[in-house]
Amino acid sequence: MGMAIDRDDTQFHVLAVDDSLIDRKLIERLLKTSSFQVTAVDSGSKALEFLGLNNNDADDEEEYEQRDSNTESVSSDEDQDLGLGVNLIITDYCMPGMTGYDLLKKIKKSSSFKDIPVVIMSSENIPSRINRCLEDGAEEFFLKPVQLSDVNKLRPHLMKGRSKDIDSSHKTTSTRLITSGN
Amino acid sequence: MERNPMRRQLASLRKSLFDQGYLDEQFIELEQLQDDANPNFVEEVVTLYYRDSARLILNLDHALERRPSDFSKLDGLMHQFKGSSSSIGAKKVKAESTLFREYCKSGNAEGCMRTFQQLKKEYATLRKKLETYFQLARQIGPMESANRPK
Repeated sequence: MGMAIDRDDTQFHVLAVDDSLIDRKLIERLLKTSSFQVTAVDSGSKALEFLGLNNNDADDEEEYEQRDSNTESVSSDEDQDLGLGVNLIITDYCMPGMTGYDLLKKIKKSSSFKDIPVVIMSSENIPSRINRCLEDGAEEFFLKPVQLSDVNKLRPHLMKGRSKDIDSSHKTTSTRLITSGN
Repeated sequence: MERNPMRRQLASLRKSLFDQGYLDEQFIELEQLQDDANPNFVEEVVTLYYRDSARLILNLDHALERRPSDFSKLDGLMHQFKGSSSSIGAKKVKAESTLFREYCKSGNAEGCMRTFQQLKKEYATLRKKLETYFQLARQIGPMESANRPK
């Protein structure tokens, strides 16, 4: 999975998740207009796959982490890029299979990725849904259609994450690349 | 210069789409995302919308034939149609899809079918107008860039 990650400190990489082709194209354009690097996928399971998380059980990942704790500091550039590469996840709420909320929960349960800010988008204005997402760790909740003014709200969340990266050791965002048989 | 009457025609066509309620401000949001690097962005999105809509209309037609009606399935399909219509600013189509979903919630098959017929009409009208609009825009386009000061 070769991927060129821009090593410019100011460029952030956003993972966008939406089952609608039109909305994916839209969010991609919105994010690129705001100078974000974008990877767009059409499902929660593809998002987890991209991150290198086991689809069924985010807890599996902890096993790998312990095993590889010695080799963390010598992880290859490529490994680092893929895991450290995602600075924010923006996901649709209503998706077949895994909802955006399910994805949020899995991300927050993951020791490697729980600190990545997650933003939820939805076409439906349901206060209980919005509150639940925010209470369970989503940074923002955008009503669709998402506009440039919404995307402009993302940078502060990303800047927060970036300074955290610099302060703490890279241990917190190390990647377990699970590429077996894929 | 031939360009000016065509530009006026384009502007007038565009204005009528908004004035008559076919498009809402989301369409303007799309236009703002179009630039020199992405000169056909709006048309590209709208083309995707046609493709997606064709699929949804087909599926809805089939689902509406079923007895008893599967309102959950119908609602699910229309949720998608509403979403994509909303994303491109298709105001009237979006309104019909909202009405359709209300009929789904109240289990009114008759209402669903009536509304769907209306939705298809609105969609066809919108599509025709947008096709005319983009065709005209494309004709004007090359002339625009040829005359732009470098």
